[in-house]
Parts: sequence; C-alpha cells; structure tokens
Amino acid sequence: MLKFLKSGFYTTLQDFGRFGYRNIGVPVSGVMDEVSVKKANVLLENQQEDAVLEITMTGPTLLFESPTYICLSGARMSPTLNNKPIDNYRVIKVEAGDILSYGKLENGFRTYLAIKNGFHGDKVLGSYSQYYPVTSTKCFKDSDEIPYEPVKQYEPAISELKLENHLEQQYIEVFKGPEFSILTDAHLEPLFSKDFTVSKENNRMAYQLTEEIGTHSHSILTSGTLPGTVQLTPTGRLIILMKDGQTTGGYPRVLQLSDKSISVLAQKKFGDIISFKLL
Amino acid sequence: MKEVPLTIRPFGEKALLIEWPIEVKESILNDILAFVSAFTNKYQREWELVPAYNSVTMISLSGAKLDFDTAKARVLEVYEKNTRSVQNERFLWKLPVCYESDFGIDIQKTAKSLDLTKEELIKQHTSYEYIVFGIGFLPGFMYLGGLPKSLQLPRRKTPRLHVEKGSVGLAGKQTGIYPQDSPGGWNIIGNCPVPVFDASHEKPCFVKAGDKIQFQSISKAEYDLRKIEGEIGIYNLEKIPLDA
Repeated sequence: MLKFLKSGFYTTLQDFGRFGYRNIGVPVSGVMDEVSVKKANVLLENQQEDAVLEITMTGPTLLFESPTYICLSGARMSPTLNNKPIDNYRVIKVEAGDILSYGKLENGFRTYLAIKNGFHGDKVLGSYSQYYPVTSTKCFKDSDEIPYEPVKQYEPAISELKLENHLEQQYIEVFKGPEFSILTDAHLEPLFSKDFTVSKENNRMAYQLTEEIGTHSHSILTSGTLPGTVQLTPTGRLIILMKDGQTTGGYPRVLQLSDKSISVLAQKKFGDIISFKLL
Repeated sequence: MKEVPLTIRPFGEKALLIEWPIEVKESILNDILAFVSAFTNKYQREWELVPAYNSVTMISLSGAKLDFDTAKARVLEVYEKNTRSVQNERFLWKLPVCYESDFGIDIQKTAKSLDLTKEELIKQHTSYEYIVFGIGFLPGFMYLGGLPKSLQLPRRKTPRLHVEKGSVGLAGKQTGIYPQDSPGGWNIIGNCPVPVFDASHEKPCFVKAGDKIQFQSISKAEYDLRKIEGEIGIYNLEKIPLDA
C-alpha cells in the first residue's frame, strides 16, 4: 500500500480515461498531461496507460509500505525521498518505509507519480480515473491508501530520459473548430495576435481565459464536445474544455487543441500566459 | 440512397463531426439513431459515438492519428447502405415525480409566471411525452424535446449554487432532471426519486437517446418509498415499447 500521510492540494488516481460512456454524459477523464505520463510509464516499462497519481500545485506526503520502483514526471515540485532531493524522469528504487514528499512548485502545475506495474484500486466503468460522482470520491484525502504490487528486483532498460520540455512552451496549437466560421475579423485579430491569461477558473473540467475577444450572438444546437474544445461564450470569453469536461455543450466550438497542446495547457496555472497558433 | 444531406468534418485529431440539417425533429433524430446503430454494429470497438439533436460526434479509439478521408468514406458507406429504419428497442419511460413544495421549491412562483394554477401546471407537465434528443453535459442528463409553449419560461435570473439531485426543472424550451447535485438556473418544480444515473449498475443510465419520458405525479409518502428502493437499486419503472 501507498499511504497518504498528507493528501496535498488535489491528488487523484488517473489512467488514460473512461471510454465508451460519453453517449450517457460521462466525461472521458484520464491524465491531463499525457505527454509526461507516457514518458514515466515508458521508463518503468509499464503499459502506457497504467494508472498514476496526478498531483496538482501542492504535493502530498506519501509512505511506501513495500518495495518498488517509481518514476516522477511533469511539473517540477521539489520532490524528496527520505528528505533527499530526487529527479524527474529517472527510475528510482524505493524500500518499505520510505517517505516521498514534495516542496516548492518550480515549474508547471501538475506532477505525476508512476509506479512499476501501475497503481491498482477499483475500476469504475472500465477506468481507475477519479471523477465524482462516477467514482465515490473526487480526490485523495489524508490517511487514504492505494494498493500496488511490491517489486523487489527489476533492472530498468533505461534509467533516465533527457527530453524536450513542453512545460515552458507558451503557444497552444489549435485546429479550426466546428464553428470557426462564425468568427469575424474583429474576433480573429485578437485571437491569433494577443496573449491570453489563464484565469482563476481553471481545473480538470475547463480552463477559462481572462481576456475576451468580442461578443457574438450565434447559438448552436447542443452538440458533442471533446477535451481541448475551445468554446466562445456570448460575452466573448474563451473556455477550453479539459479531461473532465462536459461531453456536450451549446456554445460555439471555435477551436480545437491538438492532443499535445492539451498536455501543454495542463501545466499552466492561474496567471500564466498562452497564445494560439493555428495549424 | 438516403436523401438527407450530411456534412462530415474533422473535429481535432481523433474525431469527426457529422451534422444533419439544423432542426429539432423526431425524423432527423430517428435517421441519426439508425446510423449510430448501424455504424456501432460494424465498428463497435474502434469508435465512440455521441448523438445530440442534429449531430453525431465520432471519436476514434484507436490512438492512431485519424485519416479523415478514409473515415468519411466509411461513414458514408454505412449511412447510404443502411436500410434499418429503427435502432434498438426504444421505450416510453414513466418517471415518478413528487411536485410537493418540499421538492418543487419554485412551483408556486413558476405556476404564477405561467398563469396557471399549481394543479394545472402538474397536469400539463405530466400529460406530454418528451423525446430524449441526447444525453450529455453531466452523466445521465437528458436533453428532452417537446415541451409545450404553455410551460416555457426563462431560467432563473440568478442560478443556484446547489440544486438537489433528482430535481425536475423548467427552463426555456427544456424540461429535465438534474442527475446529480450541481449548480443550476432552472425553475425547480419537483423531484424524481429514481436515480437516472448510477455508476454501480452494469447499465448506468437506463434511458437512451430516442426513448421518451413521461412524468407521473406521486405523493410525498410514495416518494419516500421510491427513494429508498432507488438507493438499493430497485426502480420498478413502467416502460412501454415504442416500436411494438
């Protein structure tokens, strides 16, 4: 078991999502930053979609009750194992009784803890991803526990990855969305030339941006939305739906993020600046 | 060969959006659902399909980058060759609602704005069959069509931060049930004790797009009983096959 001595700000169990239930309104969920998680799972020679902990802004304090191997990825959150600093993107052996904790957020917003063979628990509708009320809880709290298989001996094929860093990327790559054509020059000019600030309203469901791009009066019949769909409200506000986002919506869908850009945005927090680049 | 013109467009890297003419019509919904049924039959493991009003969003599950032209050709082939007019078996569900003011916290005010008595409002709300044009927004939230003009009123000026699970509301051209506690701006006229979404069930949502809903007025005492039954998974709902 992995025991939460302290839960942190918002820590959830996530795999790559809950598929096949969007026609009854169940969001896909899954890790916000797939790019970072794939790398950690590759290093541990796991399945790409093996379940990890997604740790947001302020990390938990975790006690390992049996030996295994872990890999951290995503945001840099000053992690320490038994008070000694450790690196992201490196396979690390842990022993029973070891304590992993986190400190200052240095960059990004979400960090991941991957473990050899993935975390277990109860699957609901085919996925481990926490999403309330499909799952009975929305995130971990103090003294929760999560099972994993003890692993005593394992020789990693590669022990460290040096890689391009998407955490510093400021631009978000987008495709035209289904209602792109409602945009006038007055909307397009700021949309592709100005910077936008991530507002306080940002979470696993959606990121709202502070700057508005001008009003409109188009309404659409409610239709499907995806993670990465950029909606334009009548007042001109941009809302980018994320992994726990609603499955359908009634605002025009003006842009659609590339899959990689969803990972880029997932590492942004309140006050960060982004810009849009049309593919 | 079908006569309804479809538009098919890419929607990001892994999805397609198929649109029928922009109308809220049962005939369009039926054409959509016939397509969804035929396509799902053929490519069940590869795609997830989300129908809503006049559109279907099709999400590829393969993980690979979508080849739009190939996918579009498949869609058209299935659509044009499909001869099935009806999808799976569809039902009219009779859902119990307690309209007493413990639950219908806005019912007096709503009746007044609609120029009806409370009894007239309940009588009208329970006399129509509402068609499910799609399920989305929240798990188990049904987009219901067919609300008569006499029951249409604007949503509340200020949304509530907390609307109780099961609340039945009216807003604009819509009526429906809040499947979970959530914020919301609808005028609340009652509460349905039967959960429309329960993740612990093999089929978490018993209703599907194309089904119809009719509400039935129940007393507080019956509500309490149905609520307890619902919590342990006994629904005892009356359902009538639509295509019999």
